[in-house]
Amino acid sequence: MWRAFLAGLIALIGAGSFAAATSQAPRVNAAALSAARPAALLSDYRLFFDDAAREPNAGVTPYGLATQLYSDGALKLRYVYVPPGAQARYTEDGVFEFPVGTVLVKTFAFAADMRQPGEAVRYIETRLLIRQAEGWVARPYVWNADQTEARYTPVSAPIPVAFIDAQGTQQALDWRVPNQNQCKGCHDRDGAVTPIGPRARNLNNAYAYADGADNQIARWSALGLLAGAPAPADAPRAPHAFDPASGSLADRARTYLDVNCAHCHNPHGPARTSGLDLRAENDNPAAWGVRKRPVAAGRASGGLQFAIDPGHAEMSILVHRMDSLDPGVMMPELGRQTRDAEGLALVRDWIARMDAEGATP
Amino acid sequence: MKLAVAAFAALTLFAAHADARTWRVRPGPDATELLQGAFIQAEPGDTIRLSSGRYELWAGLSLDVDNVTLRGEGENNTVLSFRGQTQGAEGILITADDVTFRDFAVEDAKGDAIKAQGCARLTLRKLRVEWTGGPSPDNGAYGLYPVNCTDVLIEEVAVRGASDAGIYVGQSRNIIVRNSIAEYNVAGIEIENSFNADVYRNLASRNAGGILVFDLPGLPQQGGHSIRVYENQIVRNDTPNFAPPGNIVAQVPTGTGLMIMANRDVHVFENEIGENGTANVMIVAYRETIDDANYNALPRDITIRNNRFGRSGFAPAGDLAQLAQAGVPLPDILWDGATTYVAAGIPRSEPVRMGLRDNRKDSGGLPSFLSLGVSVAGSSLAEAAPDPTPPPVVLIPEPERVRLPQD
Repeated sequence: MWRAFLAGLIALIGAGSFAAATSQAPRVNAAALSAARPAALLSDYRLFFDDAAREPNAGVTPYGLATQLYSDGALKLRYVYVPPGAQARYTEDGVFEFPVGTVLVKTFAFAADMRQPGEAVRYIETRLLIRQAEGWVARPYVWNADQTEARYTPVSAPIPVAFIDAQGTQQALDWRVPNQNQCKGCHDRDGAVTPIGPRARNLNNAYAYADGADNQIARWSALGLLAGAPAPADAPRAPHAFDPASGSLADRARTYLDVNCAHCHNPHGPARTSGLDLRAENDNPAAWGVRKRPVAAGRASGGLQFAIDPGHAEMSILVHRMDSLDPGVMMPELGRQTRDAEGLALVRDWIARMDAEGATP
Repeated sequence: MKLAVAAFAALTLFAAHADARTWRVRPGPDATELLQGAFIQAEPGDTIRLSSGRYELWAGLSLDVDNVTLRGEGENNTVLSFRGQTQGAEGILITADDVTFRDFAVEDAKGDAIKAQGCARLTLRKLRVEWTGGPSPDNGAYGLYPVNCTDVLIEEVAVRGASDAGIYVGQSRNIIVRNSIAEYNVAGIEIENSFNADVYRNLASRNAGGILVFDLPGLPQQGGHSIRVYENQIVRNDTPNFAPPGNIVAQVPTGTGLMIMANRDVHVFENEIGENGTANVMIVAYRETIDDANYNALPRDITIRNNRFGRSGFAPAGDLAQLAQAGVPLPDILWDGATTYVAAGIPRSEPVRMGLRDNRKDSGGLPSFLSLGVSVAGSSLAEAAPDPTPPPVVLIPEPERVRLPQD
């Protein structure tokens, strides 16, 4: 519930100045987006009116995902830009087919006190996924201390971050900006860079736009960003992993794993060689982990026999690796330095209630 | 950020000729950023030269540019140490084609030392990979770990201390592993779910198991076949198995020379196999429950010929130890006797052909053979009906020699 609230707040922050676009304002810099060489500064793309990237330019639309990847509790502000006249094509299962010139923007940020996520927000980095003619490219931009510019940083030293977390505990960590190759570590499909989040099931929910709440699929269609989408009621919808009212325990746990693991653990992803397929649509319990033995986990198995030992969260490698902070053991391999207590509780509860066939009441 | 910029400035770039450049990287406090920067900025055809010295790295590195050579000043002079690693599941990850790594060492990776995924024409030469604290279940799983690759050449490497396999090639095709040393690992060299491999002139010693040829169910590539293991020394594999339980190699008894599990067309010849306390050669079916209807659990069409056998069976481990205590002497060549397996609930049987011939025992005569007579894969050893009669010799055509474009 907390995260849903947070997403709404972020939406309000992000969308605050959406209506401010005027015809006099400079447009998004299409030449910079299509150039082989990354622009030195994020502001060079003119995705935002201001250098601090708080006010999106015309055609840059904020969006949110029902359940998002855990990243040490960071706020994530997402935007999509599709060039004028072009449209993304709706697909029921995978990521929408975005046209050349599309940009997906994701800014990672921390509020000084995450219990007040709208105040004293510090941007850490902004990652762009740009759909160029040859395919998607990933470009990380790191914010300066003054929050006045974000500079292209293909390899970054760790960035010290301190904040009070949502539970009120003081946290300090060295934020690691993924390098260009690590971007592909997750955003990989058969060796090519690909987006992960913008799929029908993740977007088919209400978003708090500046002019009021609206279903995102309906809004994208109305804005002309998306073609071929059915009415939201006819599109798949993922539950909110942490909102029991939004789906069954199994659906919510599978959604959590889909969002946090399936970008690698799918038949075309980097973890395909493990045989563990954690996509929500995979309906073969043996392939999503029920009594599945480790293949190449080595010591990361923690001496346990199965990815999921039904009824026994404490005997399940999946939980063991989610609970670890050791780089040779932890899952996901990248992108977190702390445990996702809420995610762990959900997955533990699900496995504990699971019968031998992998079903939960 | 400033650090990264400074790091790039510290890289030295030599333009050798128009389209191939040489980067020079030296050890220092920014080594992680320097090296990763070179890995990202390199272009196809480039060489990255690592000067002598120790590189203390805090994060795993990754290379995604085709046709790059990473070259040190020798396996004892250029050392990449991951002792202080706090990020990344492996030491170095390669995801590009036509990559060559040579003449350096990787020490104390938190996970796998060098992993190559989905690579074509990969060459790993004169590398040393080591967990310097000796065998421990806390060591990384694999030393050299190509998976899902084609045309893999591994030569003149030494790997020590891996808590799974020192040299592990999985779900790959066209593989050569030669003139290498694998010692003090759980498994010395393992070829798993792979097609067409030549493993020759290696030394596999002081591991729990020397050389493994395995096939596992439920994976994108399975049905391993056409593996030749020849002219190796597979001797004195006596390090107690230190694999974390749950992993398939944890089931390999300490003191195993060569183990073939599932797979077809495996030819083992002209090796020296001895001083392996449980068995010099084990030929076994996959024993766990199989949910995968497309999997064949049986080792079949196996040739073991013209090998020299030393002592075997003098210190049996695992459940075979109980069998030995019950008075069944363990032989040089042990077969579980399985000719039936159950996949996805359906039992299947097939004739298992073997060609065990022209082998000799150092102490004179022929190496001993024993079938445990466990006819259904996975059945309890309590059902064993041991039989020392070797199966009739079948002449099975040898797989073709592996040829690699980069060799």
